[in-house]
Amino acid sequence: MATVTASTPRALPTGLLKHRAVHKLLLIALAAAVLVPLANARWASGSWPAALTVDLTKPLTSASDWIINNRDSHPLFLYFFGYVSNAVVISVHAVYVVLLGAGWAGVTALGALVAWRVAGVRLALGTTAAFLACGLLGMWVPTMQTLALMVVAVLASVVVGVLLGLAAGLSRRMDKILRPVLDTMQVMPAYAYLLPVVLVFGMGVPAAVLATVVYAAPPMARLTALGLQGADKEVLEAVESLGTTARQRLLTARIPLARKELMLGLNQTIMMALSMAVIASVIGAAGLGDRVYQALASVDVGAALAAGIPIVLLAVVLDRVTGAAGDGTEGQGRAGWAYALAGTVVVAVAGRLLGRLDWPDAWTLNIAEPVNRAVDWMTAHLYSGVPVVGGTADWAGHFTTWVLDPVRTGLQGLPWWSVLLIVATLAWLIGTWRTALTAVLAMAAIGVLGVWTPALDTLSQVLAAVAVTLVLGFATAVAAARSDRVERLLRPVLDVFQTMPQFVYLIPVVALFGVGRAPAAAAAVVYALPAVVRITTQGLRQVDPAAMESSRSLGATSWQQLRQVQLPLARPALLLAVNQGVVLVLAVVVIGGLVGGGALGYDTVFGLAQGDLATGLVAGAAIVCLGLVLDRVTQPTERRTGKGA
Amino acid sequence: MRVRAIAGVGALLLLTGCGAADMTKQASPFANAQGAKSVTLSVQSWVGAQANVAVAQYLLEHKLGYRVDTVQVDEVPAWDALSQGRVDAILEDWGHPEQEQRYVKDKKTITAGGGLGVTGHIGWYVPTYFAKQHPDVTNWKNLNKYASQLKTAESGGKGQLMDGSPSYVTNDKALVKNLKLDYQVVFAGSEAAQITQMKQFAKEKKPFLTYWYAPQWLFEKVPMTEVKLPPYKEGCDADPAKITCAYPHTPLQKYLNTDFAKSGGKAAAFLKKFKWTTEDQNQVSLMIADQKLTPEEAAKKWVDGHESTWKAWLS
Repeated sequence: MATVTASTPRALPTGLLKHRAVHKLLLIALAAAVLVPLANARWASGSWPAALTVDLTKPLTSASDWIINNRDSHPLFLYFFGYVSNAVVISVHAVYVVLLGAGWAGVTALGALVAWRVAGVRLALGTTAAFLACGLLGMWVPTMQTLALMVVAVLASVVVGVLLGLAAGLSRRMDKILRPVLDTMQVMPAYAYLLPVVLVFGMGVPAAVLATVVYAAPPMARLTALGLQGADKEVLEAVESLGTTARQRLLTARIPLARKELMLGLNQTIMMALSMAVIASVIGAAGLGDRVYQALASVDVGAALAAGIPIVLLAVVLDRVTGAAGDGTEGQGRAGWAYALAGTVVVAVAGRLLGRLDWPDAWTLNIAEPVNRAVDWMTAHLYSGVPVVGGTADWAGHFTTWVLDPVRTGLQGLPWWSVLLIVATLAWLIGTWRTALTAVLAMAAIGVLGVWTPALDTLSQVLAAVAVTLVLGFATAVAAARSDRVERLLRPVLDVFQTMPQFVYLIPVVALFGVGRAPAAAAAVVYALPAVVRITTQGLRQVDPAAMESSRSLGATSWQQLRQVQLPLARPALLLAVNQGVVLVLAVVVIGGLVGGGALGYDTVFGLAQGDLATGLVAGAAIVCLGLVLDRVTQPTERRTGKGA
Repeated sequence: MRVRAIAGVGALLLLTGCGAADMTKQASPFANAQGAKSVTLSVQSWVGAQANVAVAQYLLEHKLGYRVDTVQVDEVPAWDALSQGRVDAILEDWGHPEQEQRYVKDKKTITAGGGLGVTGHIGWYVPTYFAKQHPDVTNWKNLNKYASQLKTAESGGKGQLMDGSPSYVTNDKALVKNLKLDYQVVFAGSEAAQITQMKQFAKEKKPFLTYWYAPQWLFEKVPMTEVKLPPYKEGCDADPAKITCAYPHTPLQKYLNTDFAKSGGKAAAFLKKFKWTTEDQNQVSLMIADQKLTPEEAAKKWVDGHESTWKAWLS
């Protein structure tokens, strides 16, 4: 199979492309005709054959016992992990003490002045408002804890990311090795590696910081490599002709040329670190995430929101400031920075002298109560018995009975080999034989791990949630692409949904849809929708205005215009939106486990809660495999060609 | 990852000389800020545990001058965190024989801190309004009769038995199977989800069957009646797969980190003496969960009204 497609030239006219698809189908049909009867005769069973599974319970349990028993005596822990953990504790502690020492006024001044230097007066005001809001919500200390953790985690991620990125950007061999690793990490849900990290480092901040680094470093690495590889060849040659050494070239030309990518990488890393800092509250990260998590225990949406808003504000401020730094619009004068630093010191000292280091208790605003009342009112009125349309509980019931159940039964009813065949076909049609092979192997790995049935259950939920997300997302995006006003109104809403910790909306979601797979799907839709809307809107807006104009002059109605011009021309963006939707929905499968989604999500939560490595790690690995399958099946070739081989 | 770790190790070796870095000796980086004496308490996800911690925290802060940090950790990982000194004390443990063996008896990194004074009980419950209409539902033998009334979209044609957080001790799947009940165990996945669902059912006066535990503040909001399972006898839960009996009544226990117990000074002595009743705990829980007071306000209210109780803990 391999030789046939690998030798096909890349740029083919459409006629030939169709031909190629037919070829691929024929080949798959041929392979299936040979392999399926064999497989069926050997292991005739609907679900994954038991003979082909490997039970990892024993080795994983003994590994976990070994780690716990040797954690405070074995040299590996004493002289390696112990120091790593120590370094994290010391650095987080140092940053935290500095932040507390600067007092709320000092920290706010620092934030505002940095924003002013980097991005101008408007963002400086926004930053000030954001910090003051954190204090006003009574969340100053948790905000500082999260910030301390973030500073350390982001710095570490940047160092790791840049080093990996340099390696990949400068050496083709390293690039080839690192690429699949980074690709896999991209689809890996954050929860999947909490458990191993916790096992080695124990609950608490070191584990949280390290999990965050693992989560947040890959985008930095990717973008660094991209920036280095994308440097203008002519400039590099010119620099080389000046007789510079390789190191000088790197420092004076290649890295400065990659500035834009590096800043984008920093931006991505910060955003991912922030979202992970919240998830890591499950393993004892303290700070804002922990407040949200504690509020969840007393079913207190208001309190969860009070801790969630500072997270959203931090995210928006950090996003805009690093985004502006990437554009490099503002002045670079040293004097300005000196003023900024001096200003911070003055404010911090003034705060200290006035004895106002802690945020004054009297200045807090209690939003929990009104929020809870509003949520109660909403859920009481929408839950059931709404005339004509029925209540949300009825919808959830119908969705479960008429969509989730049939899809699940259908998937689980398929013979195991046919699932592999479908995956192979879809992945090959959209990608290359390599991507198809990855997808099939990942799917098979799920079976080998012995979680075939729950994985298909999770898959059915993901498919249903993605379908809903796409319908809602495309509809919203079409509206946003047509009207600037709608887009402007949507922007803050999307910002909030994208950055709000998912723990905050777990309770409203259950209150509306009851416990089960329907609320899990709802939570996933809320999480994945912003990205889908953004990508689609952008794609639709970038459609060549000339094409739109000419179709209008031909008398097309706006519906025809949309269907026959905009959507086809925006196809790459739409495909990307589908891909992102799938990946994001899968990323919150574990959150779904917290509201009754069951299957792999629940198993992961169970593993974490019970310290049961065998259940948790296997479920986490299966989610990763599922992610690989779905990513390969939805990611078109164009983005991958020229990458490997 | 590795590069950074090596760099970190290198830097630290320079800083600290070449010693072993024992992770069990590392406290939370947020502890001891600004030189205050500080204690870190583990809060489990249920409100009763929050109530214990809120009152202990209030007294430690206002009467003994400590700074208290709280971290929310699930039950089993909390033992691990306690062993490592990431938290100093667990105030309410529902019985984890395996962990007790490992950390208290074998490794001796955790010390028993005495009873909390509250007795915990897990069981199956139906709302009292339903039990009043159908008094015989409170015996497990009659549960099959009501399976059709307790159906939901998730339970696939059978009755629904709702279980909660994955961190809780449960034998329900085995019980349903061994008692031949026509029920499907549906895992709500978190206590928050379970409580929200129960409240929604209660609002509509719908029947439901749920795994639940006492003491729990929700009983005051949604009165529930226990369904009698075959009685608990010592050792009847030895084989979890073959279990056919109810859950035991467990006197809840406190545990302290061994180093903290030895050198924790007044705070450790106070936490060892901390002991109150189910009613006390429920009173505080209800203020937190139902009246939506902050844990601190709730603790203050309780402390103001029960001076004689807590005075004994400080002596």
